[in-house]
Amino acid sequence: MLVYFLKRLTSVVLSLIMASIVVFVALEIVPGDPAAYMMGLNADLSAIEALREQMGLNASAIVRYMSWVAGMLHGDFGISYTYKVPVSELIADRLWVSLPLALFALVLSTLIAFPAGIIAAANRNKPADFGIMGVTQLGIAIPNFWFAMLLVFFFAITLRWFSAGGFPGWSAGFFIAMKSLLLPAVALALPQASILARVMRSSLLDTLSEDYVRTARAKGLTRQQTLWRHAVRNALIPVVTIIGLQFSFLLAGAIIIENVFYLPGLGRLVFQGITQRDLITVKSVVMLLVFAVIAITFLVDLAYAVVDPRLRRQSR
Amino acid sequence: MTLLKISNLKLSIGRAQILKDVDLDVGRGEILGVIGESGSGKSVTAFSVMQLLPHAAQVSGSITLEGTELLTKTEAEMCAVRGRDVGMIFQEPMTALNPLKNIGDQVAETILVHSDKSRAEALATARDMLNRVGLTEDRFPLTRFPHELSGGQRQRVVIAMAIALKPKLLIADEPTTALDVTTQAQILELLKKLVAEDQMGLILITHDLAVVAGIADKIAIMKSGEVIERGETVELFANMREPYSKALLAATSHQPPRNPPTIVEDQVPVLKVENVVRDYPLPRVSLFKPGGHFRAVDHVSFTIHRGENVGLVGESGCGKSTLTRAILALEKTQGGAIHIDGEPVSCGAGASFGVRRKMQVVFQDPYGSFNPRHRVRRLVAEPFHLLGSDAPDGKAREKRIAEALENVGLSASDADKYIHEFSGGQRQRIAIARALIIHPSLIVLDEAVSALDVSIRAQILDLLADLSDRLDLSYLFISHDLSVVRAITDRVLVMKSGKIVEEGETESVFQNPQHEYTRELLAATPILETALKARGVG
Repeated sequence: MLVYFLKRLTSVVLSLIMASIVVFVALEIVPGDPAAYMMGLNADLSAIEALREQMGLNASAIVRYMSWVAGMLHGDFGISYTYKVPVSELIADRLWVSLPLALFALVLSTLIAFPAGIIAAANRNKPADFGIMGVTQLGIAIPNFWFAMLLVFFFAITLRWFSAGGFPGWSAGFFIAMKSLLLPAVALALPQASILARVMRSSLLDTLSEDYVRTARAKGLTRQQTLWRHAVRNALIPVVTIIGLQFSFLLAGAIIIENVFYLPGLGRLVFQGITQRDLITVKSVVMLLVFAVIAITFLVDLAYAVVDPRLRRQSR
Repeated sequence: MTLLKISNLKLSIGRAQILKDVDLDVGRGEILGVIGESGSGKSVTAFSVMQLLPHAAQVSGSITLEGTELLTKTEAEMCAVRGRDVGMIFQEPMTALNPLKNIGDQVAETILVHSDKSRAEALATARDMLNRVGLTEDRFPLTRFPHELSGGQRQRVVIAMAIALKPKLLIADEPTTALDVTTQAQILELLKKLVAEDQMGLILITHDLAVVAGIADKIAIMKSGEVIERGETVELFANMREPYSKALLAATSHQPPRNPPTIVEDQVPVLKVENVVRDYPLPRVSLFKPGGHFRAVDHVSFTIHRGENVGLVGESGCGKSTLTRAILALEKTQGGAIHIDGEPVSCGAGASFGVRRKMQVVFQDPYGSFNPRHRVRRLVAEPFHLLGSDAPDGKAREKRIAEALENVGLSASDADKYIHEFSGGQRQRIAIARALIIHPSLIVLDEAVSALDVSIRAQILDLLADLSDRLDLSYLFISHDLSVVRAITDRVLVMKSGKIVEEGETESVFQNPQHEYTRELLAATPILETALKARGVG
């Protein structure tokens, strides 16, 4: 197990180094002057030169890369060009919204998808299965921003149970903050839950036709017992993969929903960074997202080893 | 008293009548062998006893266990019967166990489902059962996972699960088909012992007459959903009535007529393998030390002359598949040389077309080895790309395709069909036609008849023998089945742990084996004549 862990960890570090090089090359080395790009079309030369000086663009590429990486390792992501505050502060503020929102949506989606997928598989080709498949089809088909607007219309405007948007901050109290994240989380969770339920169903149907399920039935287990004791855990492996992918997507891909609910999240930060040509912020946020994806993949790999003894053995 | 009695059992799924009229019975301590080819309904009969049938199945008739009707029982009542009164063992031990649970839990589960025993008590019983089937505590603690065990050992775990509650009846559906012969002999011995000790009834379902001839008390022969002949084993073999049974018997020990080839010693051999070595790297144990390696093929040398059929036998893991892949230039070697018609088979960037056109291969699985979206014409003509610009086109190409199909007993018009229109045996003929079409010097037959029913197998063996004589072909015939190898080859190589341990004329090796391992293999192989002689028939 330890060797498996160390092997995965090595690959995490290598992926991070590769990713940082790609991001750096794409934003700073590829022809075109970042300073000129950031200043816009009508900037005068002396202003551009001043910015080049400020961003340290006159140093060699290797030196710039090393100082960028060294800075990130110390938590120093540079100063945002538009906001004039350290990027690390910007990210930290936004992360406190995006991370809980992503987790919230993920928990919701899992809570909906697992039972739905299991019920559908256990009742294959029966009304319950058709019902669940129909609803999940809709869930995938409906754009989540439209669903979000429906939620706002119904729960915020008509029923007045929730505010229509904005985030009061965690200082306003845990429940108040969570309440403001509920509608966006539901909107985010709907398509994810639909996809996950379908993956769960098909994975479970595959395992239900395995020989060991027949063996379990021959031992005298009922259909239910066989499902819970033998099939579900075996079916989890592809499902865990999808959950990992969904989490990385939710972290940064929530931009439209953040806009609908006017939430100060990471997605909006990237979006604003791009429209305001704030390469310093964009570079750092992209790196952070890369880190998140790699870290989640790492956790998923560890989860596999917990579920599947065959992976544990490989490492011995 | 009769333990299990099946009478007038009929089963249909939709409009298809799977079982027409099945009558069987087994007593306590008795072994009933049920024999039939694929599609005869033997497995469906077994699953009817367990009531583990597809939803759409319509069953009528009667199945009684100690006088109690099983067909009218509810699903909940059947759950109490399964595993407690009737245990079952399956064909494929590699997939019959849950990969995520250890063997102790899986055996204990049978006990926990049917009794109020605590987990500790159930695990203690599981330990006893694993000991009984020969998996002792020192080597097989309860915490072992299935992937840590071999096929034979997994089958023992499945048996331990099935007998944990000392059921009255044990159903074994092809329990040894997926196993090596020596393992098969051990598992059959174990089943026989357990039946005697616990006075269970055993239904042993198999396609192999030789297997049941040795151990069954009674035999039933099934064909297309019916029991066509049944009786005491000795009696049945002595006076077979049904023509189908007789044909089955004849096919089991079928010996295709052959003209032994005249070997010209100083001619360039078709295949010359010299000191071939194949190592596989083992996974690294440490980041800083290089991993070791596993020698799958260890200095193997042999030759095949024109027109000669050479058999390569050995159990799984002996290196025969690796050696085959090396000969086919599908795998690099770490030493030695392979020549086909005197031309070296390069292991570097793969063999050239020039070398590849001299060899073709027929694989075991007639279902998986064709692209289902291509017509037979295209499938059979595939090797033509090896000929490059020499490949025939237009009329000449059609003629070659027709000739190849006719050579294997099909007709030229079959070229327009798709592969799903053919049975397993016909598909294997098409595979042979595909190998023949570019007139190779060597055809490698990798377990080419192992997946076929005995009567089909006999036909394919006849075809192979005829082609070899007529077209002066050389075969490298790889098989785990010694009786098939004996029927078709001139010379045989016995392989064990990467080495050829014995080599010689087929008959003399079979009559007078020199190596310890060859003797072991031969002793473990069920041979119908020997089994019958031992019981005083024939």
